[in-house]
Amino acid sequence: MISTTTTVEIDKFERQTGWAIKPEGACKYDRCIPLPRPMADAVDLHEIAGLLNMPLIHDADAGLWCLGPEAGGKALASSQAPDLELPDWRGNTFRLASLRGTKVLLVAWASW
Amino acid sequence: MWQELRNELRGKGLEIVTVALDTDAKAARSIIEAVAPSHPSLIDQHHLFGTLFGIVNVPSGIWIDEEGTIVRPPEPAFPRPSVIRDTPISDALPQRVQDMLVEAKKIQTEPEKYLAALRDWVERGSESRYALSPDEVIERSRPRPAEHAEAAAHFELGEYLHSSGQPEAATRHWREAHRLQPDNWTYKRQAWSLADPAQGPTDLYESDWLSDVQKIGAEHYYPPLQM
Repeated sequence: MISTTTTVEIDKFERQTGWAIKPEGACKYDRCIPLPRPMADAVDLHEIAGLLNMPLIHDADAGLWCLGPEAGGKALASSQAPDLELPDWRGNTFRLASLRGTKVLLVAWASW
Repeated sequence: MWQELRNELRGKGLEIVTVALDTDAKAARSIIEAVAPSHPSLIDQHHLFGTLFGIVNVPSGIWIDEEGTIVRPPEPAFPRPSVIRDTPISDALPQRVQDMLVEAKKIQTEPEKYLAALRDWVERGSESRYALSPDEVIERSRPRPAEHAEAAAHFELGEYLHSSGQPEAATRHWREAHRLQPDNWTYKRQAWSLADPAQGPTDLYESDWLSDVQKIGAEHYYPPLQM
C-alpha cells in the first residue's frame, strides 16, 4: 500500500490490505491481533507495521511510504480466496466473487 | 492461449480467468485484443495478484471451487506444449537470441499432466484427488519470510514510481526487490523487459534472463508439478 503520509484512513487501509479494524483488533480471515489502543478513523503505519509484522519502507526523495504484506507465514494465510477486484481489458471492473457457484481456474501470465 | 480449453470446459462448470501482471498495461491489452477471449481477461498493472497469492513466475494457475475456496495454490500451468521446444533455432538470429532459445528449449513444462488433473477436478469436484484440503493449500503456498515481504514493498513502490514517470527511482526499488527475493522471476522479468524488451544485460540491473537461467539451470526454471 502506497501512501504519502504515515497515517492513512482506516477505509483505505482495509481496502488495500484486506485487514479489518474491529473492536477486538486487526482481523483477517479467522485471525485477530489485539490493538494496544483503539483506532478511530486513521491507522498509524509505523504502529500497524510493527503489530502485523509488515515491512514499512520509505523513499524520502519521492516522499512516499509503502507498507508491504505481512511477513513470517505463508503467502496464503487462508484457503479462502481473497476479494480480487481488477479491471478487465475493456476497462470494466471484474470481481472474483461474481463467479461464486462456478469452478474457476485463475491464470497469471504476462506480456514479458 | 486458454480459449480452446475454456470452450471445452465452460459447459462443464469451469470458468477461466486470466490475469496479466503487466506494469505496461498496453502491452498486455494489445495481446488480449488480438485474441478477444470470451473469458474474463484482467490486467493487473500493480502486480497485486502476485503478492496476494505468492506468485513467482508465469504462467501460474490457481484453482478455486464453487464456494470460493482455493483448492490448489499457484503452480506452473500450461495448456499445451511449448512451441519453442519443436521449433528449430535459425542461425540468422542474433547469437544472444539463439542462446536464449537453447535455454528455453530445456525448460520443462507438463501440460498433459496439468490438463488431466484439471479435467478430473472439473468432472469430480471435491472428490477429485487433485483438490487439496485447506491445510495443504496453505502449506503448499510460498513461505513469506521478512525479506520477501520487504521485496514485495519495494516492487510495489517501484511499480508506482515507474507508472508515475520516474523510471530511475523505480529502478532503485526494483534492484532492491531483486536482491531481497532473487528467485522471484516476475519481479525480474518485469523490470528487465522495461529496460530492454529482449531482457538482455543493461546497466540498470545486475543480471538478465539468460545469465540467471544459465545459473540455475533451465530445467529448474519451473518447479515440477506435485500432483
